[in-house]
Amino acid sequence: MVQTITSVMLPVDEQLKIQKNRITAENGGNGKRISIVTGIHGDELEGQYVCYEVTRRLEENPQYLKGIVDIYPAMNPLGIDSVNRGIPGFDLDMNRLFPGSYDGAMTEYIAAGIIDDLLGSDLCMDIHASNIYLTEMPQIRINELHKRKLVPLACKANVDFVWVHGASTVLESTLAHSLNSRNTPTLVVEMGVGMRITKEYGDQLTEGIFALMKSLGIWEGPVEKTRKPLIGERDDAVSFLNSPVSGIFQKECNHGVWVRKGQLIGKIIDPLRGKILADVEAPESGLLFTIREYPVVSEGSLLARVLRMSEETWQAKMEKRAKQIGKAG
Amino acid sequence: MEKLNIFEIPALYRDDFRITGFRFGSGKKSIAIVGSLRGDECQQIYMCSMLVKRLRELEQAGELTEGQEILVIPSLNPYSMNIGKRFWSTDNTDVNRMFPGYSLGETTQRIAAGVFEKISQYHQGIQFASFYMPGRYLPHVHIMKTGIVETERANEFGLPYVLLRTPRPYDTTTLNYNWQIWETEAYSLYSTTTRVLDEDSAVRVVESVLRFMKVEGVIKGEPEPVEKPQILSDQDMQSIRPEKAGIFKNFINVGDKVQKGQEIACIQDVYDGEIIEEIIAPHDGIIFFLHDEPLTYANTAVCKMIVSERSGSF
Repeated sequence: MVQTITSVMLPVDEQLKIQKNRITAENGGNGKRISIVTGIHGDELEGQYVCYEVTRRLEENPQYLKGIVDIYPAMNPLGIDSVNRGIPGFDLDMNRLFPGSYDGAMTEYIAAGIIDDLLGSDLCMDIHASNIYLTEMPQIRINELHKRKLVPLACKANVDFVWVHGASTVLESTLAHSLNSRNTPTLVVEMGVGMRITKEYGDQLTEGIFALMKSLGIWEGPVEKTRKPLIGERDDAVSFLNSPVSGIFQKECNHGVWVRKGQLIGKIIDPLRGKILADVEAPESGLLFTIREYPVVSEGSLLARVLRMSEETWQAKMEKRAKQIGKAG
Repeated sequence: MEKLNIFEIPALYRDDFRITGFRFGSGKKSIAIVGSLRGDECQQIYMCSMLVKRLRELEQAGELTEGQEILVIPSLNPYSMNIGKRFWSTDNTDVNRMFPGYSLGETTQRIAAGVFEKISQYHQGIQFASFYMPGRYLPHVHIMKTGIVETERANEFGLPYVLLRTPRPYDTTTLNYNWQIWETEAYSLYSTTTRVLDEDSAVRVVESVLRFMKVEGVIKGEPEPVEKPQILSDQDMQSIRPEKAGIFKNFINVGDKVQKGQEIACIQDVYDGEIIEEIIAPHDGIIFFLHDEPLTYANTAVCKMIVSERSGSF
């Protein structure tokens, strides 16, 4: 059932509504609840397909549903509609407004309503899609403050990579931090790229969501065997590669592959003079899990991220995964 | 006066990105003043240009104190100003959410780091700041409470109000906050406007900086005597938020004294012009901030009033 969880009137004949679709077990169910959230950043659309696909599968097999699934596909409807990352009109990053306030500006009022509606979920998934500049392997990012509770859940979500990162005061204003610090476990998924939908990733995460629902007692239908993610936990586990010069980035390597230190990932070129300004090489050996998608770069623009790992570890993990998939098949 | 290249990034097609500073005097690094961090902060760059002009005149007249150095950086963000965009031209990040910066990081982190390395060496820092909501302000000194700045010293600006604010999580990457963490006494000065020039408040804020410099002994001369400012905190302010969205019409101005029960503004229906909400002053007070766009959202502050006892006694 589609419900409006919070709304405000805009100046000219329009109501801004945040909506969710609540799908409940036929007999009322066991009260367990998962919330699938996306669209906080209006230019991140990967979650749109996931919301559709999860709902479609639930409606096809309602007999297996034992709890409640709340789907929130558009936390920032004005941003999604107008191709804006932030909240248009204010140009604010919505994911820096939580937990919001009912006494605050319109934006904070909406944020407070969202938090109230999500609180008490047994699990919340907040699906992001990187941004328009970078492509990401399906991954879950966890603030180290909440790792004990979240890493075991993240390992069931069928993502390729779980990144436990350091705490930062500025991140306290995110939806995930606001919920995690209020006892509602929330996983932040990053996958794909802004302004696009990567169906393969959406299907992969959908399998993970059903597996998580099964482990929480929300779903009793069949689920596929999920992949075991790589985990990056130490501070130096991830190596960042920023552009040494301004220019046009020409990608030479796709994300999701193992790269050797010094291997060519791409080039920065100058189309005006027909010159290569810089060769972009892997800073460390490891898994290339982020790659620059948007070609125009300035000095400092992020080009890639690498999870440090030896070739032997990588191969061992891939063999193990191939066997797993073989068994499941 | 010496014109300095504070920071530079070579570009592909645009002219190179340059941050320019103006240094007056030499010796102890006394005061750094920063203007626009965002592309719409026209009043803020304008005030810096006035300050550069005044300091140059004072320097020529021998009015700067020996052994003291002043640095003025009118804009940290010429790229965004030149395309009329508030945030960074390519990725829309806010330079004022990147401090203390990171010299190996993303572009705006590098800009923040390159500038911060220079300006964090100064004993005192002044930023001409702007508010994220469109509106007019009474000129004031804004202090983020970290325990570093002595509130008393803000009196030296001679502006009528000093606003104290407890930092929130999202403030911890601003210039003001990081200046203080790196032990620079930091003050944010607000004039009345951002995108449009307001001559009176620009002159007032620039004069307040020169007064502060006199009291601190950075420039010569006796400061004009002024009344002690009123120190304000959140409890002294009341936000007025209409329940309805629509056309916003105000009947007052910033700085006006209003009485409890006075109609200060109204919201009109955008289609038929009917008044759908009368906005009434909830207390006696002084208008500190006033929304200045024709349309307004529901539940969003259109006015902030000073409602503390001192203003109530007018």
